[in-house]
Amino acid sequence: MRELRLNGKTVKVEAENGTPLLWVIRDELKLTGTKFGCGVAACGACTVHLDGEPTRSCQTYVEDLDGVEITTIEAISGDQVGAAVQQAWTELDVVQCGYCQSGQIMSAVGLLTSNPSPTAEEIDTHMWGNACRCATYQRIRAGVQRAAEILEA
Amino acid sequence: MTVRMNRRGFIATAAAAAAVLYVGISPNGALAASGDATALNPFVRIDADGRVTAIIKHFEMGQGPSTGLTTLIAEELGVTMDQIGFEFAPSDPQVYNNLAFGPMQGTGGSTAMANSFMQYRNAGAAARQVLIEAAAAEWDVDAAGLDIVDGRITGGGKSAPIADFVAAAAALPAPAEPRLRGPDEWRLIGKEGTVKRKDTPAKIDGTAQFAMDMQLDDQLVVVIVHAPRMGATVASVDTSAADGMSGFAMAKPLPDNSGVAVFADTTWQAIRARDAITVEWDNSAAEMRSSDQIRDELIAAVSDTSTWAPKGDQAQVAAAVEGAAKVIDRTFYFPLLAHAPMEPLTCTIEPTDNGGVILHDGAQFPTFGHMTLSQVLDLPMEKIAIRTVMAGGSFGRRANATSDYNRECAMAFALTDRSRPVKLVWTREDDIKGGYYRPAFAHRVRVGLNDRGGIIGWDHRIAGQSIMKGTSMEQMAVHDGVDHSSVEGVADTPYAVPSMSVGLSDVEKATSVLWWRSVGHSHTAYVMESMIDMVAQESGADPLALRLSMLPGETPAQTRMASVLKAVADMADWSNTGDRALGLAVHHSFGSFVAQVAQVSGGKDAPVRIEKVFAAVDCGIAVNPDVIRAQIEGGIGFGMGHAMRNQITLTEGEVDQFNFPDYEPLRISDIGAIEVQVMASAEAPSGVGEPGVPPAGPALANAIARAGGPRVTELPMMTQVDFA
Repeated sequence: MRELRLNGKTVKVEAENGTPLLWVIRDELKLTGTKFGCGVAACGACTVHLDGEPTRSCQTYVEDLDGVEITTIEAISGDQVGAAVQQAWTELDVVQCGYCQSGQIMSAVGLLTSNPSPTAEEIDTHMWGNACRCATYQRIRAGVQRAAEILEA
Repeated sequence: MTVRMNRRGFIATAAAAAAVLYVGISPNGALAASGDATALNPFVRIDADGRVTAIIKHFEMGQGPSTGLTTLIAEELGVTMDQIGFEFAPSDPQVYNNLAFGPMQGTGGSTAMANSFMQYRNAGAAARQVLIEAAAAEWDVDAAGLDIVDGRITGGGKSAPIADFVAAAAALPAPAEPRLRGPDEWRLIGKEGTVKRKDTPAKIDGTAQFAMDMQLDDQLVVVIVHAPRMGATVASVDTSAADGMSGFAMAKPLPDNSGVAVFADTTWQAIRARDAITVEWDNSAAEMRSSDQIRDELIAAVSDTSTWAPKGDQAQVAAAVEGAAKVIDRTFYFPLLAHAPMEPLTCTIEPTDNGGVILHDGAQFPTFGHMTLSQVLDLPMEKIAIRTVMAGGSFGRRANATSDYNRECAMAFALTDRSRPVKLVWTREDDIKGGYYRPAFAHRVRVGLNDRGGIIGWDHRIAGQSIMKGTSMEQMAVHDGVDHSSVEGVADTPYAVPSMSVGLSDVEKATSVLWWRSVGHSHTAYVMESMIDMVAQESGADPLALRLSMLPGETPAQTRMASVLKAVADMADWSNTGDRALGLAVHHSFGSFVAQVAQVSGGKDAPVRIEKVFAAVDCGIAVNPDVIRAQIEGGIGFGMGHAMRNQITLTEGEVDQFNFPDYEPLRISDIGAIEVQVMASAEAPSGVGEPGVPPAGPALANAIARAGGPRVTELPMMTQVDFA
């Protein structure tokens, strides 16, 4: 049994050393908004925040999280940037199948938190690792720009 | 629940506490209304409190039926999009069948809107009519003077929410032919900015439930050790290294020996245990060819006389071409491709108290899954329920004639004592290596030109592995030896081509293949549109003018295809190309017409980048224009991304790729802005999920050629083109 800090709370988990955070979140804590896409940090569907930093949870191990604040998609609306990104995603109907969008949103929030008005090129560079097989990319790009506008207002 | 506490409202609510109005199809096949859910299967349900729910017979993989079919009900009934929700229909091939497929419930061929348009409008209109009749009787006014607007029955100086009349309406018979609202009355259909996707809210806060998200109490997770070669079977298994691993329950060969099922309490424990298990394989029936060999077989087949003749007389056309002043002779090759939807394949079988099961699945073909479970689990159909949840993409993969992953889950469930739910999880490696690929195809085209550059003959030969032959779909899809899905987009081209023949040769079936977003059009459009640009180049014609000259308006298809071409040319300012490198392509598929212009930078001395893509789509009546735009945007990305860099290759039958690092998806930085124009039309709605894909590859190919880059006839482009 170990303790993790997740979405502002302390939670107890049983997972053994070597278990990826992704599976702890999904199978043990039953928070299924964080998605399994590839398991090798090549698609970004599993992106969560570790101390505010977008991180691939499929390559993050449960034993390495002492004192780390984990945030998942389920809690991102509580963040001002997170709420703005969700609003932009709603206005532009960014999603199609939606399976990658938790990860897209977590990455976008990370970008806008450190860079409140990114250029299209900066968006492309930052979001590169988040694959979307439906290819909603231009709406993702527009969504990040729209969220920046919302935050500026 | 909102309870209106004035006296009349209170009585109505009390009386209607259990009252629900269902409108759907009764067992005799007629449109019906009822207060009894067991009397019919509904397309719309209105609860006593007035909540309206559209029952969606198609699954949602992002293509939009949860919004589109809901829009149809809302439009006809007279409620706002905020006043209506949706649920996925249960499995019932009689009531929820795809009208384009016969007695079979399923989503595919870009038919969801096309086959539902009248059905869902009729259901919404019938619901409106019985509610109005109930109000007219109560108010003692003429029903003709009443309408439902924003969820309120209004007219004759009266107005009340539909909730007040749910119970009374449920006792009325549905009209056989309800009055449909005309286009001049539409508030939602085709109206920009009036409809937001119904699935957006749950997909941006993590609450949307996909099949991968099933977390039932006490569930077992099963992963499968799949054979490294398609068609291989289990020879022996050594599970000793997994014994004692935490959470590991057991591992057993599947009854058909196609793999070994590894059970554990959690997904990660199952994956870890699988890694520890050793399996020896029997390759006697396996695919042992390398992809180079498959390629050589296909190229040889298109260099020879074709086996089948879908169109024209090959010998006659070949003779005409040989006598031409100039011949353009090109051979094309298209590799195997994986679908790789973001959500790897998964489904869950849950036992029920009555000895039956519930399948939780992003079910694309519920009827096939239903029959498969019945057969594998030896259960009557009525003891099996299918609960459709969100699907994280599909591109065709979740639908196949054998229900492969449903079957796998059922076989695994049958290996247990059937007391616990069993969730099947495929990893990305299972997905990339798991077969059911877009088949490899070769084309050889010889176009003969006269001395003025005009086409006098078009000899087109195609070879590939049939998707339909040898499956339960064969009878429906194969005629006179020709699998239409191998030649669609060529044999039925709307272009007026003088003296055209199309030949087809099938190759040996050992690789498992499947329809892949846009099916045959995924390769045929590339060849047609590349060839036409080569003809234009050879004859010095403008690619747009040449295409328009081949679309003289002698058929409705030619007229519609020409009009999307003109529209996209206007969008891209085609006549003022300047120093931009533009590539044009157009294609007719799934009833729709899509023209695209790709604008690229680089090409000759610098890496190629897709700067911008313009598209015009005519898909008949555009129910949700923004959903259509999204589908075309996505189709362009899907088509261009695969054309740029994707292939599945085999080395002595083993798949070389393993995951996204070597089956690299299109990334955000690969493609600039996309502008889509949805053409106004009064034609019946046609497909949008697939038609955006076919023109994308050739538009890019034509742009690269016009930018001074190579003319790519063998995909993926990446082997010859440097992309930024």
